[in-house]
Amino acid sequence: MFDKFVAWFHRMGSPKWFYEITGRWIPWFGAAAVIFLLVGTVWGLAFAPQDYQQGNSFRIIYIHVPAAILAQSIFFAMAIAGGIGLIWKMKVADMVARSCAPIGATMTFVALFTGAVWGKPTWGAWWVWDARLTSMLILLFLYFGVIALQSAFDSKQSAARASAILSLVGVVNIPIIKYSVEWWNTLHQPATFTLTEKPAMPVEMWLPLLVMVIGFYCFFATVLMMRTRNEILEREKRTQWVQGLLSKK
Amino acid sequence: MHFDSFADFINMGGHGLYVWLAYGLTATLLVINFVLPVMHKRQLQKEQARKLRREQQTQ
Repeated sequence: MFDKFVAWFHRMGSPKWFYEITGRWIPWFGAAAVIFLLVGTVWGLAFAPQDYQQGNSFRIIYIHVPAAILAQSIFFAMAIAGGIGLIWKMKVADMVARSCAPIGATMTFVALFTGAVWGKPTWGAWWVWDARLTSMLILLFLYFGVIALQSAFDSKQSAARASAILSLVGVVNIPIIKYSVEWWNTLHQPATFTLTEKPAMPVEMWLPLLVMVIGFYCFFATVLMMRTRNEILEREKRTQWVQGLLSKK
Repeated sequence: MHFDSFADFINMGGHGLYVWLAYGLTATLLVINFVLPVMHKRQLQKEQARKLRREQQTQ
């Protein structure tokens, strides 16, 4: 079992193998993303019941929560990939980490923007300086920092190392985001989904939300693979197999 | 279906502006995130084609 994992890990480290296997995965993840996002959006917007207090503005939850979950998961993934690249000098891991940053920044921005638009009719304010919102804003700046570091070096290796270190340090912010609604007084409502308890909302409300979360994850996987493949094409462009691939079309 | 009519759906019980603004921006950003790597790959392919042509001319 462990041997198999090690073998898989080594193969993942080969850009050519990674390129080929993700080429086969992308259509499936892409199709799943489209289906889940379409079903979830129509369900959440038109069929889910409205909230008895918030009315229909509550429907923003179906993009706000998935984006916020993804913003944190992607940062975590970026730190792990960066760490693997740092320790084992695995080029593919560096490229995955690099590809995470712009998608994660987008998700963080979406979470902040939809939160502001939801906050206006619900709290009466676009923005409040409370712990949850502030720590999410810090997450956005961490993403910007990583993106800036990626292009601040001539050597791709130094860029990968610097951004990996910032990602690993920045991971401290993730538990702060998670527990911010418990540690400090806040307007923000507590977590919708937890692993240990049943959701506080009825099934008709949380099922479309779950569909959207899965859709967002599939979307992330698709774009992450597309971006990493481009990184591979760029960095391995002197190898024969990449030249053969690019000149085919 | 939660809403009685299409106009009702658009209006979102008076919260239409907020709901559609949030969904509109999210959809736009997701589409941009998908289109960027597609365009990048095309550009890489074009560069490679140009390089090949140059090499063939010099030979």
